[in-house]
Amino acid sequence: MRKTIQEINERIREGNARVVTAEEMPRIVEELGEEGALAEVDVVTTGTFGAMCSSGCFFNFGHADPPIRMEKVWLNDVEAYAGIAAVDAYLGATEKSTTREENYGGAHVMEDLVSGRSVELRAISRGTDCYPRRTLTTEILLESCNQAIMVNPRNGYQKYNAAANSGDRVLYTYMGMLLPSIGNVTYSGAGVLNPLANDPKLRLIGPGVPCFLGGAEGMVIGEGTQASPATGFGTLMVTGNLKEMNTEFLRAATMTGYGVTLYVGLGVPIPVLDIETVRCTAVRDEDIWVDVIDYSVPSRSRPSLARVNYAMLRSGKVEIGGEEVRTSSLSSFSRARMVAAELKKWVEGGRLVLTLPTRRLDPTRRAEPMRETVQGPRVVQIMQHRVPTIGEDEHIREAAARLLKGETNHLPVVNEEGVLVGIVTTYDISKAVVNPGKGNYVRDIMKRRVITTTPDEPVDVAVRKLEKYNISALPVVDREMHVIGILTAMDLGKLFGGRWLK
Amino acid sequence: MKLLVTFSRKEGKKPIIAQVVRDTGVLVNVERAIIDSHEGEALIDIPDESCRVVKERLTDLGAAVRILEDEIVRDESECIDCGACIGICPQEVFSFDEDFRIRMDARKCILCGRCIEVCPHRALSRRGAI
Repeated sequence: MRKTIQEINERIREGNARVVTAEEMPRIVEELGEEGALAEVDVVTTGTFGAMCSSGCFFNFGHADPPIRMEKVWLNDVEAYAGIAAVDAYLGATEKSTTREENYGGAHVMEDLVSGRSVELRAISRGTDCYPRRTLTTEILLESCNQAIMVNPRNGYQKYNAAANSGDRVLYTYMGMLLPSIGNVTYSGAGVLNPLANDPKLRLIGPGVPCFLGGAEGMVIGEGTQASPATGFGTLMVTGNLKEMNTEFLRAATMTGYGVTLYVGLGVPIPVLDIETVRCTAVRDEDIWVDVIDYSVPSRSRPSLARVNYAMLRSGKVEIGGEEVRTSSLSSFSRARMVAAELKKWVEGGRLVLTLPTRRLDPTRRAEPMRETVQGPRVVQIMQHRVPTIGEDEHIREAAARLLKGETNHLPVVNEEGVLVGIVTTYDISKAVVNPGKGNYVRDIMKRRVITTTPDEPVDVAVRKLEKYNISALPVVDREMHVIGILTAMDLGKLFGGRWLK
Repeated sequence: MKLLVTFSRKEGKKPIIAQVVRDTGVLVNVERAIIDSHEGEALIDIPDESCRVVKERLTDLGAAVRILEDEIVRDESECIDCGACIGICPQEVFSFDEDFRIRMDARKCILCGRCIEVCPHRALSRRGAI
């Protein structure tokens, strides 16, 4: 048996369509079988409510008098991209305020506008014959903009990897706070309710398909940026009218130590046309598997610590390496349910008729990493290759002599095999001289926990370590922890013009 | 019951918590303590029935004592029930109810402040703090 989209729309118009949420579907299929579910259900509604950094809004502010070609635009001190046309701008959710930094950003401007608050618009220009004005400051309301069109280049991730941190310090990421030694796992996504998890082959979700976006009736435009449906990480580009949205489904957020993002509710109704649709929408949390990625590795290819499914994640605990680790969701399942339920109401009430995609998105697409032609600087390029070291059984006086001779402030401590066991600095030695009580040998005063780098580590990563640990040098070690060099804060000056530095 | 004990360190380094344990015989669980050169603050957990005697003895020894109740406040209009606070809390103050809404048991809180820091929507705060 098959159904056509016309038949389904007919039933929607008549008020007879059977609409269920994606959460209800697995049980219906279990009870009625696939054929039975196909006969019974016409539309499955999906929903998700999570952080979508890749969100933003196009504005047309209308012309001022005298008119201005806005070259730079700020909304409540958050810069919007104005390289479009005279009074158009695109405000990105993650753009930070120039004055309030992490506490306020593009997402907050959108939330303020949606909640009816006025926002200060500031613009500057060089002035032209047709647009003579050079500066503008005014208060705007959402209703006074000609257009405020949300366009999210990337939304509705099919699934997203969970995050953990095997390192020894807290990490602040877009996946929230990650405690050291795999102290917690965070995850995002609505699992069973997720739109693309219910249509992984992109048969029914594509350009032209109506959706729920931020409380408004929106539309799928096409493939989202970085879409990788071939690997289970499809994304969608979506649009909707900001003027019709509400703060129930659009919320600004701040990830401490990372930045601003926008939580936005998205849902797509899926017409149940055939057995394939029934099978796909019968997906359960148990069927959606993701890796728990180790964010302590500052590289693109971060290792996986475990494979888990959404049922495990949602249970509140997962097992990693024989230990139970608690899980936190960053997206809201209760709001995702509200999205799916609201969408269900819209379809049942005949407010939304369904359409098939105007063209199919490519389910075999795969996001590729960047091919870099110019590699950033590596530690080996700027480190000092000759580094004086000292043994732990040497006298402090000898350490002082070696520091003086080497004209350096840092002395890695090594054992007989040349393996790094500690570090002493001029500061440690000065302290030892002033307070002689601690002992006379290097081992008595050395720091045993040494932060190191490797020759092929990108300088940016090494700089991050210097900043994070508030230190001024990193011994460079090989795989066996032999000291082969040292990178000091002073070496960083060797980088041309310092353009890799903050 | 949780008590927040604040004491000055000016009059020497008296082991006041140890003293209270010895004097009252109540086993005190120190959940958090910050002690610097001039001031100390300890969060202790004691059986409810011993509250009065422990509080009195601590006060005698020169400490200021405050009973902690509902110290963490959740602004329900800001909270979107994501659950970011759940996994980060060392005391399991937060959990989901059957509808995946946040349930909070503020009595377990030891004021570590992690949830306040981690909440994406700034829905959590300490009572009295803005």
